[in-house]
Formats: sequence, structure tokens, C-alpha cells
Amino acid sequence: MDEKVTREIFPRDSRKSYGLVELMKKTAPIVKKEPEDTVYVWPNLLMIEIICAILVTVGLMVLIQFEHAPLRSLADPSTTPNPMRAPWYFLGLQELLVYFDPWYAGVVLPGMIIVGLMLFPYLDVNPKGVGYYTYSERKFAVFNYSFGFAIWWITIIIGTYLRGLDWQWYWPWSNHLEHMNPALVTLVPLHLIFVNWFHVSEGVGKLFGDIIFIGYFALGTIIPMIVWKPMYKAMGLWRYLTFSFFFLSMMGVALKIVLRLLFNIKYVLVTPWINI
Amino acid sequence: MLQKIKNEIVESQIFKSVFRHGYPDNDLDRAYAIFSSVFLHIHPVKVRRSALRMRYTFCLGGITLFLFIILAVTGIWLMFYYTPYTGLAYRNIKDLQFVIFGGNLMRDLHRFAAHGMVLFVWLHMTRVFLTGAYKAPREFNWVVGVVLLVNTLVLSWTGYLLPWDQLAYWAVTVGAKMASYTPLIGQNGPWGPQLGFLPTNDIMFMLLGGTVVGQNALIRFYVLHCVVLPLVVTVFLAVHFWRIRKDGFSGPL
Repeated sequence: MDEKVTREIFPRDSRKSYGLVELMKKTAPIVKKEPEDTVYVWPNLLMIEIICAILVTVGLMVLIQFEHAPLRSLADPSTTPNPMRAPWYFLGLQELLVYFDPWYAGVVLPGMIIVGLMLFPYLDVNPKGVGYYTYSERKFAVFNYSFGFAIWWITIIIGTYLRGLDWQWYWPWSNHLEHMNPALVTLVPLHLIFVNWFHVSEGVGKLFGDIIFIGYFALGTIIPMIVWKPMYKAMGLWRYLTFSFFFLSMMGVALKIVLRLLFNIKYVLVTPWINI
Repeated sequence: MLQKIKNEIVESQIFKSVFRHGYPDNDLDRAYAIFSSVFLHIHPVKVRRSALRMRYTFCLGGITLFLFIILAVTGIWLMFYYTPYTGLAYRNIKDLQFVIFGGNLMRDLHRFAAHGMVLFVWLHMTRVFLTGAYKAPREFNWVVGVVLLVNTLVLSWTGYLLPWDQLAYWAVTVGAKMASYTPLIGQNGPWGPQLGFLPTNDIMFMLLGGTVVGQNALIRFYVLHCVVLPLVVTVFLAVHFWRIRKDGFSGPL
């Protein structure tokens, strides 16, 4: 029976005493399956757990025969290693410092990743696909997760293998001991490009940048609202707006990486306080 | 003969006082073995045969827990030899490498179990995502899981400083510098200086207990790494497992 219906027929009352009985619309605690289909945890499940634990232990033992925990020379505040690398699981964030200012790449974005991950169950209204692997029934959700996952791991791989001295781009076959000439790449904020192209003042150029930035979020929110009406209806306004913000921010990270690597754009949004 | 010894043990007063049930070779004692044990009672007594299928969970959550246990055991062992003092920390690690029996083994295990835990938390999360196991009524347990993920990363990062070598010092310096860029409460962050945050009173100062990574940072990271964060993880783990039982297992039942 539905929780709600049950509550209507049997309203909860603190003056009554209750036993451990739950009303079900089914005929047995587990529907349509015979009780014979169950097995005892001891030994069936426990055996699997023990085997897993043994395999992990063996795996670790084998691994440490070949690889040891690193220990460099004594910490020396006066000698900065070049490049200076964060632990591998934070290298993605360190790599993002190339594309964003530290307040965004190092603080706001990680915060948004954490909050976004936490909100995921509350934003995903598709009831299908619980308890089995499926892509076809929830393509969009899987796409979102995979996309974020891909950015995370690709930036880690770039940070680990493709960055060298001064955090410049080094191919595996480049000379890792030679400094790259940073003057080869000049980064420009987007508004200076507008200034050059259209011969407008810097203020107007910045306005273009602002319009592009705000327009990206505005259109990115409004267009799907019209085109995928059923999705919007299913989510409701606030859920949709929240989702849209996080989704467009994630896509924005990827866009900014492309803008920076291919077109040397430093900032899109330029304000006296923050630049993105 | 063996059977006789086993019976002697199982029916002795000592065994009975500890386990309160017979040897689990029959269904009643198998049930007792689970729910009368504080360690095993996170399991149900019986599960669906199909829930044992490895290709659903791949045991990823279980492996993560097991790695956490390895980390706790090796970590406590390492604590016997480690002093959170900048003048000694590095030498303690050298001693572990070259002098102390089993030092390398424990240190390597601790290091790689830590890497493994980060990796397996991530894999477990991906599995939960791909099977839709975070959907109602299990939304909150996903949130708890994200908290555990963040804690795992912070645990790993605080542990990074303790060997006090160049790798540790600069990796933590990079990370702590980030904190100074926090909007509103960091010396270098947007609106930070305007609100009066200086190198001596901002969020990075709070994290390090100073303006640079030094003795105060070491003791802070040590306490966080060895006491505070493991406790937080343990509490959230308890909630995490409790909720699996209360909200139900998502898999093929």
C-alpha cells in the first residue's frame, strides 16, 4: 500500500502504541519471489567478502614489491621544485589553474563539484534504471556523469604526463630539461579582441564579453525549456534552474579549456573584481 | 578426532560466553552468528541469491572499507614511530625506511592503500551512479557518500604533508595557497582584502596556523589526519551502512 494511503487509514498517533508491523500491498515481504530464493549471509556472503579482502591484500603485497612509497629530500622552503605538483587526485584541479583564476579553479569550482554531486539525486527525476546497468533508459544522466568524469580524468592525465617545467605543455618526446619560451603564447582577454576587430572602446568590448557570458547562461537555460518541454515539466522550475546552472557551468569549463588552448583567450567575463 | 576437538571447543563455557550460539552449521545458528555479532550485524541474516552477483557491485564499496581498515591498522602502527616535529619527522621516515623492522612494509602498505582508497571510492561512486542506486529512497545515502569522498581526499592530502620531504612540503604549499584565494575570506580572493583579510588572519592562516607551511601546519595536519578525519569518516561510514539497511539494497532482489 502506498505510504500516503496507509497514513490516511492509519494516522500516526503518539497516544497509541505500535508493534513492528508494516502494511504492504504485497503478499510477502519480498514480492513474487519464493522465500527459498534467499540464502544465509553466513557463509555465502561472508565468504565473498573474505575472498575480496584476501585478493586486495595479495594485490597490495604484490604491488609494494615493485613500487615503494616515495621519499624525496628533506623539505626545504628555499628550494621550489619545478614543476610543483599536487597529489595526483588534485592534479585535475591544478591543471584547471591554467584555464581559470585560482579563486575559481581552486575554491569555487571544487565547491561546485561537491555540491553538484550531492544534488544529483534530487535533480534526476527519471524514475527508471534503478538496480541495473542501463544506458538507453537514462542517456542524459549517464552523459552528464561521464562528461564530468572525463574532464576530471583527462585533466589529471594532462597534469601528470603532459606538463613539465613552469607547468608548460611538454609532449612525452619533448626535452623535459629545457625551458619553453612562454612568450610564444600570448593570452588575451576576449574584450581586447573585440576592441581590435570592431574598433570599439575597451568598455564596450567588456560589455560584449558580459553579454556573451550572461547570454550563454540565459539562452542555455531558456532554449531547452522550450525545446524539451516534457523534461522541463517533469523537473519543475527550481529543480530545472538548479540543474541548468550546474550543467552550464560544467559545459563552461570544457568550453573555456577549448577557448584557451585553441584561441589563447584568457578571460571572457572581465569585471573589476573577478575575471572568468 | 577433529570433530571431537571442535565439539569440545564449541561447547566449552568460554566459547559459549563469547558467542552465545553454537557453531553456525545449521540455519538457526547461522542467523544468530550474524545478528548477535556487533561486527557482522550490519548484514541482514539472509539475502537474495541474485544479490550475491559480483557483476552488480563488484564489491567496490566493500573493498573501499577494507582499504580503510588497512589504513587504520598500518596508520596506528606508523604513529608509534612518528613525531610531528619538523626537526624529527623526516628522520623518523628515514628510520622507517632503513632501520625499523617492517617499516618499509607498513609505510608502503599505508601509501598504496591510500591511493587505492581514493581510486575505489571513485569506482564505487561510478558503480552506484550507473546502476541508478542513488535514486529515491536512497538520495540521502548518496549525499553521505559524497561527504565520505571529500573526507577521503582531505585525509589523503593531510597525510601527504607528514613525511616532511620536498614532495610533501610543496604539494601542501600548492594546496594551502589555493585557500588564500577563497572569495570573501582569503587574502588573495575576490573581496578578501576589502573585507580586511590579510596573510595573518585569513582562511589560509587558519588552515596552516601561520603564513607558511611550518611546525604549526605539521601539528594541525597530524591531528586532522590521525584523529579528527578518521573519526568523521567512521561516523559517516556508520550512517552510510545503516542507511543501506534501512533504505534497502538497490540491486536485483
